[in-house]
Amino acid sequence: SSTENVDPQKIAFLLRKQWTLYSVTPMYKFSYGNLKEYSRLLSAFVAAEKQKGLAVEVGNDLGIKVTLSTLLGLKGTDQDQVAVLVQIASRSQLPFENAENKVVWSGWFCCISGDDLLESVPEDFTCLSLFLANGAESYTAIVGSWFQKTFDCYFSRLTISPLNLAWMAAMWTGCKVDSHMAATELVFSVPCIPQSLDISYAIHSEDAKALWDTVQKTPGEVTQEEVNLFMDCLYSHFHRHFKIHLSATRLVKVSTSIASAHCDGNIKVLD
Amino acid sequence: MQQRENAKNPKQALQVRRSSLSAWQIGERTAGPKTADLKSAQKHEKGKQQSASDRAGNSTQDHLEQALTYFERVKDYIPLKKNEVLQKHLATVESIALQRGLSPEGLDVLLNVALSGHLADTVNTRILKCLIPASVIAESSVVSAVSWLCVGKCSGSTQLLFLRWLIAMFDFIDHKEKLHALYGFFFCSLQDEKLCPYVCHLLYLLTRRESVKPFRVRRLVDLQAKMGMQPHLQALLSLYKLFCPELVSITLPAKMKTYFKNSESLWKAAINTIRRRNQGTSPTSQQLILGTGHPQSRKRKWNTQLILPACSTDANNPTRSKEINHADILSHSESFPVEQLHTFSQLLQNIHRLEFPSQMGSVLRNSLLLHYINCIKDESIYLRLYYWMGQTLQEECTWYKLDNQQYEEEFKDFLDIVYKTECFLQEGFSSCEEFLYKSLPLWDGFCCRSQILRLVSWIPLSSFSEMKPHLCEPLAQLFFTSSLYFKCSVLESLKELLQNWLNWHVMQLDVESDPKISPLNTTLSGLVNSVAELIHFVGWIATVALHLENNATFLLYFILDFYETQHSCPSLVFICVRIQRALKSLPFVHSFRYRTNLVAAKENELIKKTILQFKFSSQTYQEYNQYIMAMVGCLWTSSAFQKDIHPQGIRLDPEVLKKTRVQEVRNSFNIVHHPALMGYAILFLQQAWPEDKTLNFNLIKGRRWNWYLEYLYVQGLQGLKLFIESSINRVSQVSQTKSGNVQV
Repeated sequence: SSTENVDPQKIAFLLRKQWTLYSVTPMYKFSYGNLKEYSRLLSAFVAAEKQKGLAVEVGNDLGIKVTLSTLLGLKGTDQDQVAVLVQIASRSQLPFENAENKVVWSGWFCCISGDDLLESVPEDFTCLSLFLANGAESYTAIVGSWFQKTFDCYFSRLTISPLNLAWMAAMWTGCKVDSHMAATELVFSVPCIPQSLDISYAIHSEDAKALWDTVQKTPGEVTQEEVNLFMDCLYSHFHRHFKIHLSATRLVKVSTSIASAHCDGNIKVLD
Repeated sequence: MQQRENAKNPKQALQVRRSSLSAWQIGERTAGPKTADLKSAQKHEKGKQQSASDRAGNSTQDHLEQALTYFERVKDYIPLKKNEVLQKHLATVESIALQRGLSPEGLDVLLNVALSGHLADTVNTRILKCLIPASVIAESSVVSAVSWLCVGKCSGSTQLLFLRWLIAMFDFIDHKEKLHALYGFFFCSLQDEKLCPYVCHLLYLLTRRESVKPFRVRRLVDLQAKMGMQPHLQALLSLYKLFCPELVSITLPAKMKTYFKNSESLWKAAINTIRRRNQGTSPTSQQLILGTGHPQSRKRKWNTQLILPACSTDANNPTRSKEINHADILSHSESFPVEQLHTFSQLLQNIHRLEFPSQMGSVLRNSLLLHYINCIKDESIYLRLYYWMGQTLQEECTWYKLDNQQYEEEFKDFLDIVYKTECFLQEGFSSCEEFLYKSLPLWDGFCCRSQILRLVSWIPLSSFSEMKPHLCEPLAQLFFTSSLYFKCSVLESLKELLQNWLNWHVMQLDVESDPKISPLNTTLSGLVNSVAELIHFVGWIATVALHLENNATFLLYFILDFYETQHSCPSLVFICVRIQRALKSLPFVHSFRYRTNLVAAKENELIKKTILQFKFSSQTYQEYNQYIMAMVGCLWTSSAFQKDIHPQGIRLDPEVLKKTRVQEVRNSFNIVHHPALMGYAILFLQQAWPEDKTLNFNLIKGRRWNWYLEYLYVQGLQGLKLFIESSINRVSQVSQTKSGNVQV
């Protein structure tokens, strides 16, 4: 990770929320210097969309305030673009209450280390290829549409394959956690008629970590073989007890004390 | 106020008009008092009428002139009921107006009198209803009419009617600069609730980017707050948003269809008549810029892009607001918004200042913008299109994601649009190519079949070895296991592919080569290699297909079609000789076509060789020679199926030949006995030996062979002539070992 100034408050804000993942094509003519202007335009847009047919003067936002800001400290490499946070806050309607605006929706763009991708992209384009959204789907739709129309990009839902989920399971298990460790849980889906069957496999985190420590050869490095071995061990243990081959099922959810991820593209970071 | 200055001095106007009217004045004209006296007017008109009625022709014109003069002079209030003269003149004007329209001068007179409040309301209404222009409406008359509104003498209903008239006749006004200057005046009239809808409509027609100012936006938003969600206000605000999205934002509800009440209805029939009469010299009606939007008929995810985005101006130009302050007063520095682009002439006029739409995907539906894209060499355009199209194809593909299966029709339409765009631009999209490589291995060969195969034909030229695993293998798998029609469709699309490659290459030869373009694709040897490999591939699948389909004629047609396209390709002559086996069972026409193909190719080959220097390997020449020898062997020397050492040759063992039970196998393909040419042989024999009823083909030898040959040439088999003359050196009739020489 980079050594930039990290705003702990902002980062803490990202934790303990469920984020839906989208992949975004490069944005055309996005400028970090215009974030304030974007905030104004997007505020008016959100207000106009929320009440169709009503004209909204830009600058007078009818109780909706959208802020765009940068998130430092969330870069993979130095070449990555700075992350951008979008938040929708609704102003409290009662005038005498000087309460803070309540955040009703958040989303943030970041660039996953894509050095090879960035090389070929000309200057007018900004690569912020991952988007995470938390909040009502209607707001996600509005914000996404605005970005698509304004910067000619395309949002598509990101799904996580079982292979990647297995990687996450392995990596997160290997992380040191100081506080109380919740159980590590893996959920597998079996296609059945009439409904699919979900198998939940929970392991004590210490046991999982112990297993991983024996599998991992070089600290800090994870290879595909190690992940496979880790999963195979877990599968064979399960088979010994229940006579079910989990390797024939589909891994759909991984949940550890650090983070959890679902194949539909939802993740939650706890620490 | 500015508007007051524009108001003409009535006195001056009258004098001006009198001089213009005098051009077509007939008879005497009293320079009497300006205020018309009732009785004297009556008498005067009567006299005029009598004199006019005596004249033979053009009496209606006279009546019109009289009427106009009368109206021009009106100053006092005249009630309609009791005044016969007024009624008569009114009737005259109405009838003439409806028949052929009024001249600009006449319109001027009538407008002024209608709005001046001198006459009764009913008269004014009737006048306004008959104000049909014959050609154009002078801007000055409109401006003076508007100035009467300031005076406030005419009634509210007359004002309303005038506004409706103005909206209906907007396109007929010749110049509009002064009207644009009156924008502020019209804007102020918005407060009148009755006039508001029509004023909104008028402002809608008049608004340009510079008309949109923050205070006006504020005013309209306040009005909306006061009056509620009126559609006319919404429409005007949407137009403001279109021009200046940084000032106002509005999203129209999806179901709105009409925003403005129809003002044209009163004059519609008459306008149509005039338009028809003028046959296009009259201006076309202005289209409402607000699209009705694409109907989202079913619930879909918000980021779906199958419904192509509407062309909308790029709002993302924050420097624009600063630019406007520094911008010249001259409007030509302003960029032309893309929503207003409707005709080709507009494109040509504004090509230097045209903005691109904010979502590049919307150009697929807009042929004008496609023209524009062709001219611009901006990489970001293609990149934007690449990202958008790549994602859309991937996300909406109906066999990737099960959810998408229900939207197959939309996906088909989308693929059709992509294909049409590729045909228009005459080149393929790389995002489309990548999509095909990714999706063909998973394709069932059935879903969106014709669309996919058509897109295959636009795959850009590249190294064939790269294409092979992605394109050829999945395609071959599907090919061998599918119906006859599928096979033919695939052959056709591969033929188109070859054609496109050759065309593209020909175009590249014309254009000065850009060294930055990837070297493989533009070099001649690269092209030749890829083309050769494609032809090999097609030859292979075609042969197998013929076996599978039992030499179906339909299939053969497509195969021959493929080979015909190679006429422009100089490296041809990789004839798949196995096809010759099929020729045994061919009807004449196919065999003949095959021959024509061959000889035409030969002709081109000879020509092209002198122009372009190809570095052909000697192996190619050897192969070529062997093929020629095999052909000659069949046609000429009656030595079919004999010594042919080429692995693809048609040498057959004698045992096999015996099994075919064809007599005289060696002769069976020469120019006499060949099924395609036998008809000619028969005709020849009949002409040469008319008495002989038996057809003895063996007679054709020696001298007669030559005559027969001449006969064939006369029948129009020029291709055959060319082939024989170029391939066969007739040293003597016997020695054929020298055949097969290629004349270089």
